[in-house]
Amino acid sequence: MTAVATAERRFGGLGAATAGRRRVNGLVIYAISYLAFIYVPVMFLPLFSFNDSIYIAFPLKGFTFEWYHQMVNSRGLVQALQNSLKVAAIVSVLSTILGTLAAKAVTRYRMPGKAPAVGFILIPLVIPGIIVGIALLVIANVVGVPLSLYTIGIGHMLECTAFSMVVMISRLEGFDKNLEEASLDLGENAWSTFRRVTFPLAIPGLIASLLLTFTISFDEFILAFFLAGNEATLPIYIWSQLRFPTKLPSVLALGACILGVSFIVVTFAEWVRRRGVKGIQVKAVSEVPR
Amino acid sequence: MAERVAPVPAPVGKVRLGLTTRLRAVTLRSEPIRGYALLSPTLGLMILALALPIGLLITFSFWTQVYLDFDRSFTFGRYIKFFTNTEYSKFFESWYWISLALAIPLFVPAFPWKRRLGALLIVGYPAIAFYLIGLSVEKAIYPMLLWKSIKISGAVTLATVVLAYPMAYFIAFHVKKNKLIWLILITVPFWTSYLLRVFAWKIILGYNGVFNSGLMSLGLIEEPFMFLLYSQFAVVLTLAHAWAAFAILPIYVSLEKIDRSLLEAATDLGDGPVARFLRVTLPLSMPGVIAASLLVFIPTVGDYVTPNLVGGTTGIMIGNIIQSMFGKANNWPLGGASSVISMIAITALICAFLWLTKRMKRQIA
Repeated sequence: MTAVATAERRFGGLGAATAGRRRVNGLVIYAISYLAFIYVPVMFLPLFSFNDSIYIAFPLKGFTFEWYHQMVNSRGLVQALQNSLKVAAIVSVLSTILGTLAAKAVTRYRMPGKAPAVGFILIPLVIPGIIVGIALLVIANVVGVPLSLYTIGIGHMLECTAFSMVVMISRLEGFDKNLEEASLDLGENAWSTFRRVTFPLAIPGLIASLLLTFTISFDEFILAFFLAGNEATLPIYIWSQLRFPTKLPSVLALGACILGVSFIVVTFAEWVRRRGVKGIQVKAVSEVPR
Repeated sequence: MAERVAPVPAPVGKVRLGLTTRLRAVTLRSEPIRGYALLSPTLGLMILALALPIGLLITFSFWTQVYLDFDRSFTFGRYIKFFTNTEYSKFFESWYWISLALAIPLFVPAFPWKRRLGALLIVGYPAIAFYLIGLSVEKAIYPMLLWKSIKISGAVTLATVVLAYPMAYFIAFHVKKNKLIWLILITVPFWTSYLLRVFAWKIILGYNGVFNSGLMSLGLIEEPFMFLLYSQFAVVLTLAHAWAAFAILPIYVSLEKIDRSLLEAATDLGDGPVARFLRVTLPLSMPGVIAASLLVFIPTVGDYVTPNLVGGTTGIMIGNIIQSMFGKANNWPLGGASSVISMIAITALICAFLWLTKRMKRQIA
C-alpha cells in the first residue's frame, strides 16, 4: 500500500509531471544546440563555396559557380581524386575480405589465444596514427621500398581491416549458426553452404564494412602524409592547397562536394549497418582486452 | 558445435591411411587449426605491416642520423637528446664532472666505506635530480611539448565527453521513435573529410574569418578579436568538435543497455532524479564514458593536423615535432625516439586511467 502511494506521489502528482517535462525541454534545447555546434562549422564550407569573393568573410558578396569551374578544371585535383578512389576501392575490398575471414574465425571457432589475437588485430585503432605512419615510413626506407600509392594502401589496410573485423564480428554473432549446420546436415557442401546461407546472411555487414572502410581510406590523411610518394591522394592534395589563399575557394567547393557525396554514402551505410549491426566504435573498444 | 566441412574418412580396422589424408582429417577436426587458418592472412598483415615496423622503429630510435644516412651503432643518444635537448657527448661531459664532484666523498679516507657510499647517495640523488630538472626547465622542449600535448588532449577529452554525455542521454532516454535518424544526424558530418572539418574552424576563427567578419558586419564589434585563432583554445575547440561522434556513440550504447527497471527500482526506493542519475545511470554508463575517453584521447595526442592549422606557435603539439623530424628537421632517429617515448607515455597514462576507474568502481561497489 505504502509503496504504491509513494509511487503515486512520485509519478502521479501534477508538480512532478511538469518538472519532468521542463527537464526534457532543457535536454531538447541542449540537443538542438549541440547539433548546431556539429553542423554550423561544416556548413560554412558549402555556403562560402558559392560566394563571389576570394576572401572567406561576411558579408556575402554574390552567387557564383566560379570556384566549382576552377575545381573541375584543376588537373592535380582530378588526378588526386582518381588516386584516392583507386586506393579506397582496393583497400575496402581487401580489408573487408580479411576482416570477414578473421571475424568468421573469431565467432565460429574455439581456439587458444583468441583474445590476444583479436587485441593484436585491433591495435591500429588504439595507437596514434602518426606512430603507425612513421613506423611504416621507417621500414619502407630501411627495406628500400619506394613510397607510392601502394604504401598508402598498406597503411590504410591496417586500420580498415580492424574496423571491418569489428563490423563483421557483430554481424556474424547476430545470426544463428545452426543455420549453417542445418545446411551442412541437409547435404550441402561447404562452398554452397557459404554461398546460399552464410553469404546472404552476412551481406548487410559486408556492405556496411565496404562502405565504412572505403570512407575511412578515402578521408585518411595522417598515414597518407607519411607514406605518399609522388602521387597524391585527395586529402594530401587538399593539404597542399590550404597554404595558398587564392586556392581556398576551390578547396571550399571541393569540400562541399565531398560533404554532399559523403552524406549520401554515409546515410546509406548507416541505414544498412544499423539494420543488423550496432555500434562499431563501441565494439572496437570493448573488444580490446584491457 | 563445429561445422562439418567435408566427410572425414573414418579409419576402419587396421587400414592405414595415407599421411595427407590423416593430416587432412586432423586439420579439419581441429577447431584451433581451422580458426587460425582463417585468421592467418589478417595476422600476417598485422605482423608484417604493424609489429615488424614498430619493432624496427624502436631499433631505429637507437641509431644516429648522419646527414642523409644512418649510423647503425647502438646508442641512447636520441633518448638523452629528447629529455635534455643536449647532445650525447656534451651531456656526458657535464655528467663526467658532476659525477666526479659527487664521488669526492668516496675518496675521503676519514669515513668508513659504508658511510661514504651513504653520503654519495644522499648528496648524489638530489643533485642528479636537480640537474635534470634544471636541464628540463631550460632546454628540454620535447618533454615539455609531450606534457603539453597530453594536457591539451586531456582538456579535449574532458570537453568532448562532458558535452557529448547529455546528447547521448537525450537520444537514449528521451527519443522514443526515430533514434536512427538522430544517430545518423550525429555521425554524418564525421565521415566527411577530417581536414576540411578542421579547416572550417580555421576560416571561422581567423582574424578576418567568419566569426569576426560576421560580428563586425552586424556592428557588434569594431575590431576583430585577435585571440581566437592560433591558440590552445582554438586547438581544444576544434578537436572537441572533430571527435564529438566518437564520444557520443559509445556513451549512447552503454546508456541504451541500462535496464530500465533498475531506474524504476531506484525511484521506488526513494531516490530523486538527481540521486538516481548519480547512483544508477552514471555508474552504469561508465564503460561508455571510458571507451569514449580513450577513443578521443588516443588519436588527439598524436594529431598534428589541427595544431598545424589552428594552433599557431602556442598550440604546437608533440605530433608536429615528430612530423617535422621526419620532414624538414630530417632527424629520423630522434623522431623515432620521440614517438617511442610518446607511445610509452600514452600507454602508461591509459593504464593508469583504467586502473583508477577500476579502483573507483570497486569502491562504489
